[in-house]
Amino acid sequence: MTYDFFYKLFNSDIIAALIQSLLPLFFFILPYALFAVWWERKVSAHMQDRLGPMRVGWHGALQPIADIFKLFQKEDIIASDTDKSLFNLAPVLVFVGSYAAFAVIPFSSAFIGSNLDLGVFFLVGVSGFAVAGILMAGWASNNKYSLLGAVRSVAQIISYEIPTILIIITIVMITGTLNLNTLTQIQTGYFWNWMIFGGPGTGITKYVLIPFMVLGFGIIYISTLAEVNRTPFDIPEAESELVAGYHTEYSGMKFAMFFLAEYANMLAVSALVAVLFFGGYQSPCGYLGNILGLKWFIPVEQLFWFTAKGLFFVFVQMWLRWTLPRLRVDQLMNTCWKYLIPLAFVNLIIIGLITLM
Amino acid sequence: MIQYFKNIYSAIATIFIGMKITFKHLFVPAVTIQYPSVKPKLPDRERNRLYVNFDDCIGCDQCSRACPVECISIETVKALPTEDLGKTSQGKKKALWVTDFKIDFAKCCYCQLCVFPCPTECIYMTDVYEFSEYERSNLIYNFSVLTPVEIEEKKANWARYEAEKAAEKAAKAAAPNPVNTPKEK
Repeated sequence: MTYDFFYKLFNSDIIAALIQSLLPLFFFILPYALFAVWWERKVSAHMQDRLGPMRVGWHGALQPIADIFKLFQKEDIIASDTDKSLFNLAPVLVFVGSYAAFAVIPFSSAFIGSNLDLGVFFLVGVSGFAVAGILMAGWASNNKYSLLGAVRSVAQIISYEIPTILIIITIVMITGTLNLNTLTQIQTGYFWNWMIFGGPGTGITKYVLIPFMVLGFGIIYISTLAEVNRTPFDIPEAESELVAGYHTEYSGMKFAMFFLAEYANMLAVSALVAVLFFGGYQSPCGYLGNILGLKWFIPVEQLFWFTAKGLFFVFVQMWLRWTLPRLRVDQLMNTCWKYLIPLAFVNLIIIGLITLM
Repeated sequence: MIQYFKNIYSAIATIFIGMKITFKHLFVPAVTIQYPSVKPKLPDRERNRLYVNFDDCIGCDQCSRACPVECISIETVKALPTEDLGKTSQGKKKALWVTDFKIDFAKCCYCQLCVFPCPTECIYMTDVYEFSEYERSNLIYNFSVLTPVEIEEKKANWARYEAEKAAEKAAKAAAPNPVNTPKEK
């Protein structure tokens, strides 16, 4: 929809595509990242009975902007024994991986970067980009802590992709589509049409599905949390063990790119969970635009609901981070291979049987 | 097998217990004190920077002698008998010009031992604790109110008085008093 608008405006598909691809970065990801950095600090502070940043702006609201300026001014240090080309490529690759995931995520019915029919597949595939970037960063740094962090990260992300994909497959089995936009549109109406409440269908299967959907949501939430390397699964950057993991050697803007990628990843997986189980951009309780008869207002509302759902899951990630201690490496693998994957398989089989009914 | 499901249950249950606790703490008022704008209330017997009320100082040097780290240095010059230095607020008569009263806060250990011997209670602890400096020499506080010119003048006065007195004595010694000749003998 926005693409058509820009295409008509500039009469050039290149400019339209360029604007279309840059819109979410400058109007969504960057403001979100700035907000999330501040929010994380405030949430962590208040959970520990502190205040957090208070000096810059209202309750420190401009603190992330000050931080960004600080990072801009920092010297870009490249240690002499690093593999320079890989070292410089890694942060870009990690950020590209996390940003490319937003290409298929529907922000509202009026804006989706690319309405791919293989949306979920693309998202899962492109999030694997981050693994390559992280491994590159760890290897090129020529630092034992970085390498250990990268190795841990790769082991972790590859393991936890399995339960994620198994749960995605259950959703795909029910809905029969990989297109995230269609997936969202299926869950239209009120909140009882969301996949967590058994999807849009009626009859007994809808109610039978609910417990398995809740289980699936739990599994995918835990495994995506591990995929974005957040506590309690933050062993790749465990600061008490590995200094800062794979980005130990990075400074200035390159570090900022890792940082931005981490927060963008948090939102990407939250958005994925929201799209799969919580109706994506769909409102839980009808649209104000329909009541007032303002057609153009509906996409704005949808953007609001999408943002609200995404930020809620980001908040839960932060909440978990400041609640749970870090898992050991063997516990991490136990959780994945002995608990999440068997449960996800059982869930897959049962949901398969239910959908056959 | 039962243990397997027990593990899952205990993991989920304990996660929710932990999350409940942290969520409660989101709304607990923070214990942080926003230091420079909000200052914590210090106890009544706090010991911070010393202050000397120089109007009351009689230059007795008691504080300097009590100081365990020798951070107080006092120099005095006797006043001429004709000079009136006024009285302290407690009615003690001042007899000395305090030409130099320095406290080196880089040395001071805030023990308060100098405060008790002071006969006029002119040296005491204040509640000021923010007086950091970039130069160590800036931490030497001079409490004397006399200007260098005045100090020179007082010193010269006393030296002259001493010299006059000595001369008088010498003159007396040179010319024996006839009145004091032995009478009773």
